[in-house]
Amino acid sequence: MADLRFSKSHEWLRVDGGVATIGITKYAADQLGDVVFVELPTAGKKVSAGGEVAVVESVKAASEIYAPVSGEVTEFNAAIKDDPSQVNADPEGQGWFFRMKVAGTGELEKLMTEAQYKDFVKTL
Amino acid sequence: MRYLPLTPDDRRAMLAKIGAHSIDDLFGDVPKSARGARFDLPPHAGEIEVERTLTAFAERNTPAGKMPFFCGAGSYRHHVPATVDHLIQRSEFLTSYTPYQPEIAQGTLQVLFEFQTQIAILTGMEVANASMYDGSTATAEAVLMAHRITGRKRAVLAGSLHPHYADTVRTMAGLASEIASSPVAPPGHAEDLASLIDENTSCVVVQNPDVFGQVRDLKPLADAAHAKGALLIAVVTEAISLGLVTPPGDMGADIVAAEGQSFGNALNFGGPYVGLFAAREKHVRQMPGRLAGETIDADGRRSYVLTLSAREQHIRRERATSNICTNSGLCALAFSIHVSLLGEAGLTRLAKLNHAKAIALADRLTSIKGVKLSTPAFFNEFTLELPRPAFAIVDALVDRGINPGVRASRLYPREPKLANHLIVAATELTTDACIDAYFKALKETA
Amino acid sequence: MLNTQGRPTKPERAEPSTAPATISGDRGLDHEEGLIFEIGRTDVTGVDLPDIALNSDRLGGLRRKSIGLPGLSEPETMRHYVRLSQRNASIDASLYPLGSCTMKHNPRLNEKMARLPGFADIHPLQPRKTVQGALELIAELSRWLMTLTGMPAVAMSPKAGAHGELCGLFAIRAAIAARGETRHRILVPESAHGTNPATAALSGFTTENVKANAQGCVDLASLKEKLGPDVAALMLTNPNTCGLFERDMIEIADAVHAAGAYFYCDGANFNAIVGRVKPGDLGIDAMHINLHKTFSTPHGGGGPGAGPVVFSALLAPHAPLPRMVHDNSGLRFIEEMADAEDAGLTPFGRMCAFHGQVGMFVRALTYMLSHGADGLKQVAEDSVLNANYILASLSDVMSAPYEGPCMHEALFDDEFLKDTGLTTLDFAKALIDEGFHPMTVYFPLVVHGAMLIEPTETESKATLDKFIAVMRALATEAKSGNAGHFKNAPTLAPRRRLDETLAARKPILRWKPQ
Repeated sequence: MADLRFSKSHEWLRVDGGVATIGITKYAADQLGDVVFVELPTAGKKVSAGGEVAVVESVKAASEIYAPVSGEVTEFNAAIKDDPSQVNADPEGQGWFFRMKVAGTGELEKLMTEAQYKDFVKTL
Repeated sequence: MRYLPLTPDDRRAMLAKIGAHSIDDLFGDVPKSARGARFDLPPHAGEIEVERTLTAFAERNTPAGKMPFFCGAGSYRHHVPATVDHLIQRSEFLTSYTPYQPEIAQGTLQVLFEFQTQIAILTGMEVANASMYDGSTATAEAVLMAHRITGRKRAVLAGSLHPHYADTVRTMAGLASEIASSPVAPPGHAEDLASLIDENTSCVVVQNPDVFGQVRDLKPLADAAHAKGALLIAVVTEAISLGLVTPPGDMGADIVAAEGQSFGNALNFGGPYVGLFAAREKHVRQMPGRLAGETIDADGRRSYVLTLSAREQHIRRERATSNICTNSGLCALAFSIHVSLLGEAGLTRLAKLNHAKAIALADRLTSIKGVKLSTPAFFNEFTLELPRPAFAIVDALVDRGINPGVRASRLYPREPKLANHLIVAATELTTDACIDAYFKALKETA
Repeated sequence: MLNTQGRPTKPERAEPSTAPATISGDRGLDHEEGLIFEIGRTDVTGVDLPDIALNSDRLGGLRRKSIGLPGLSEPETMRHYVRLSQRNASIDASLYPLGSCTMKHNPRLNEKMARLPGFADIHPLQPRKTVQGALELIAELSRWLMTLTGMPAVAMSPKAGAHGELCGLFAIRAAIAARGETRHRILVPESAHGTNPATAALSGFTTENVKANAQGCVDLASLKEKLGPDVAALMLTNPNTCGLFERDMIEIADAVHAAGAYFYCDGANFNAIVGRVKPGDLGIDAMHINLHKTFSTPHGGGGPGAGPVVFSALLAPHAPLPRMVHDNSGLRFIEEMADAEDAGLTPFGRMCAFHGQVGMFVRALTYMLSHGADGLKQVAEDSVLNANYILASLSDVMSAPYEGPCMHEALFDDEFLKDTGLTTLDFAKALIDEGFHPMTVYFPLVVHGAMLIEPTETESKATLDKFIAVMRALATEAKSGNAGHFKNAPTLAPRRRLDETLAARKPILRWKPQ
């Protein structure tokens, strides 16, 4: 059963059997505007929760993406490197950024559920 | 005052609209201790008086055109066609701003797109930016870019890189770099840079033609750098050399930082000049400075716009590729117009002329006993070794009405082995009479 | 660091153009102009130069075989560039109220003086006895800058404002090191121009933001809380980027100095106080001056600029090369570190080759001599008066985040556009069709949909009245629900809105042969 979580810096992650898929939320994608470029981590990169792991650029903005949990990157989404518009078209599906092996479940508990994230966005 | 359109009536009416009693009300936030400042400065003056004052300053200088003139070393005296200086004074070029509203700045944007293309072609590289301040700061920015690309921080600088450029790199890139400089070899001699390149080296910075005028094949050095995973940064201070000498891009350079002053821009006692910056396309996102790109408008018409701005300071702030904001727009325009006016046919002729004049000058001067040519391969600048210290000879020549070149010791004050060397430049403006006069004067004083 | 002010970067479903089609594609005085690579040829040139044989050369075997650059005859060159120029807005042609840029009139006397052979035709490394006039001019301009700012020293070599900021921070770094300390942090207001944090990073510091108070100025308590033994400097713009004078300047300076830090002032907005207030009286340690803003050297489509930096007595010893000195033979520059050390000087290094933007120095000094002390004071007063006139005339139909009075620029936000579906960008594009260059938009970042209007002192009341009338009418129209007019704008410029997304996703940065 996949577990869907959200961070305060607008990343989502979907965990399935110890592997997390991570991307940015629709809110973040809308705020950025048309995404033109993404810098993604390569397989093997070890990250700790809160560490910078990727960069997303739009025409008028650039934003760091932070790892919501600790672990090791297993793959990145080559499709959005070739066609960054996927991040705007389907940010919470096909526009995923990278996958990683998750170290443990403790950090997951600290992230927001979908309902909590929706409430959080309303305050912004 | 002629530049201030508001009349006293205007000011009264405007203060009334604002609801202020006097202009002082609008400066109410200035701390009391800072009010009522007095300035020991003269009152305003009309054009006649201002012109008189400025002309007096100007007349206490000897323009290069007033005597046989042979100074180079990073700044070169070339002819600027009348068309160039006329066009850059058009209101729409002179008094426009950075093209942030592209719909009403297609003039500037198309010029920048053409300029970028010209630089790429001239340097033999794939992509170029819309100019930096000058060649020296472009070189420092190139070093920082190499660090970003390689993830390393050691920069190797050739001893024959213009000392002002090397000092600029040390200042602007010094904090982010470990800088290793090779000692300066006697002019014209090979420098051993390859042995300074290791696995921590991000770039090797070499000037070609170098500060002494020596022209070299950079390919072996490029190969040595690449073998260790480092980049070759080629620096060019005399852009006209790109019309006759194999360009750095064809010799394996990864980044080219150059000074564009030779095209379209007068000497101006050192500035404003124009920095040229070119690189490989795969590194474009690491490039500093503005970039003009092609796109279409709402009607599908080809248009130009500043692009890839997310690298720059106004968006990336502390993570920007550079802090640069202003570029050298008008100087870049002058460069571009001059190059368009010349074209390949004209540039080839211009470059050949420069080289031929330098050959004639070198041969004539080295026919004097005791005067030796240090740099066997050169474009329009070469170095002579004189029989005694250049300091005294230059002084004597200036007294005889010749401006004979730049003493190497001016640029390298702590290198006794360079005390007798003189860096000499010739251009298309060098006449046979000039060469004769130099020969005669040097024969007497050498 | 998300962009919280997202706006479309490609034309939204714009209506097709209603302008009549022409046979040529040109429209009256506006011409479609190809690239030189399309209209020129490699065998054509507009310069008559002798074609010499050069059968043998001294190029060490490195003779270039071909180049690939097109040329044009002189008439074609003239036409190409004149046509391109006609597609540009300029301050000569209309009000250009770009906040923070100081688009003032560029006097042509400046251009005439800069082109005197005695200035234009001198080489930076000519023997010093042949350039005493140039050195005297640099010294005289230095004197004006120090007098106007009330500071004892100035570094003339930085090539632009951002370069000046770097110079200032390097001097601060050197001064701190000379005290035997290391400090890593620079404090910067949230409203700062992007060059400030970028410069801090380049000079080896981390940046921390200081909050603004409700009046749009630096929150003194927040500043004091952040000051500490690890802070090297505060970088502040005064008047600030919201167009307001930082009224707590002296308390700020005192707090900064008490913490052992330095006070760097970004002088981009000096136009508001030049000739009236000495920044030195406000406790600053260094300030760059944008000669291309306050002192009218032309913007030239993006440059060149010049950014000399004034220094306090504490920072002066660390000012960069070259240093001007006076000896029995006159003026000269100390150009090399070794010579500086021999003279007992401690410059931190060299910012660039040669001596600085001397061509711009001639222009700036010409401007200063023309204005004099009384003229410069009037510049500051009229620039502030003009901005306040605009603020007072538009506050009822637009929304100003800070109550007036302002200094030389008036700040509005997009609050007045809420519920219209229109953005600051849409409003700005509609101004283009009205014959004005838009104001600065989306800066400073601390205000939503910022519109920063700086008319400068060289605009007449009649121009301001016309601008105000147009702005009022546009504001009214925006609120009346006619969104299409704005979304479609501009329609009368040589181009309509551009697809900036395409430009960034598929960068084409040069022409390529087919």
